[in-house]
Amino acid sequence: MNAFPASDWLLLGIFLAFVAATVAGALIAVNTVRIIRSVCGLAICCVGLAGLFYFLSSPFLALMEILIYVGAVCVTIIFAVMLAEPDEPTPERLVKPYPILGFLAAAAIAAGVFYGVAHLSLDTGWLNPAASRVNDGSVHAIGVALLTTYSLPFELISLVLLVAILGALAIAHDGRRKG
Amino acid sequence: MLLYDHPQVYLVLAAFLLAVGIYGLLRRRTLIGMLISGELIFAAASLNIMTIQRFISPDPVAGQIFVLFIMGLAAAEVAIALSIIIAIYRNYRSIQAKELSELKG
Repeated sequence: MNAFPASDWLLLGIFLAFVAATVAGALIAVNTVRIIRSVCGLAICCVGLAGLFYFLSSPFLALMEILIYVGAVCVTIIFAVMLAEPDEPTPERLVKPYPILGFLAAAAIAAGVFYGVAHLSLDTGWLNPAASRVNDGSVHAIGVALLTTYSLPFELISLVLLVAILGALAIAHDGRRKG
Repeated sequence: MLLYDHPQVYLVLAAFLLAVGIYGLLRRRTLIGMLISGELIFAAASLNIMTIQRFISPDPVAGQIFVLFIMGLAAAEVAIALSIIIAIYRNYRSIQAKELSELKG
């Protein structure tokens, strides 16, 4: 045991807080009526996920998760929310004989997927090959691998991002000229 | 052993994120809501790969770089999808998936 027995419980509390943030953020993201609250739920979920990445001994990916998802993706979605009017329609305008049926069908499919994947991951006997690691997964190892083994995919990703930005500009510009 | 040292905890959480994303994809009636649900599915895949690289894979760097590429592709996908959504809103004055039925005969 270490010199501070309370530190294990402290770590467990922080871990549970991140798990709760992930779960609550995901539930907020799919269940609210206003889209802006849904974006906030996605941001909370990504902060929780970044904490989990930290627990998975990868502080670099935790930083990137916050930087890209919370800093770029959520802010971009908020810009689109300001330009469009994306709120969910009120339920009474929907003319359906059984309004609960869609909810039940979606919940049943989601529960089936969750049960199947969770069952699969709980029943598999995961090996632990910690002795046969070829590297330690540190930031230094990531940097070396990005510049040697994965240099071509790295450059291709930057090209894809450039093309995506140009394509987004072209699509939005054409829409403006017609409208 | 402590709770955060088991791969099953993270894998079940990833399965939960995948299920919530599929539920949102089925339930949401606007395009931005569907996009957010798709991001949750991306997050589930990232968490799965991160768990595998931490506990099971003999090469942890490959998993982390793969998740990094997933994040880059997700950012590109969001940029494209949002520009399409804004172009649709300019033409239809609505981004509900029900209204986009002009090709339906």
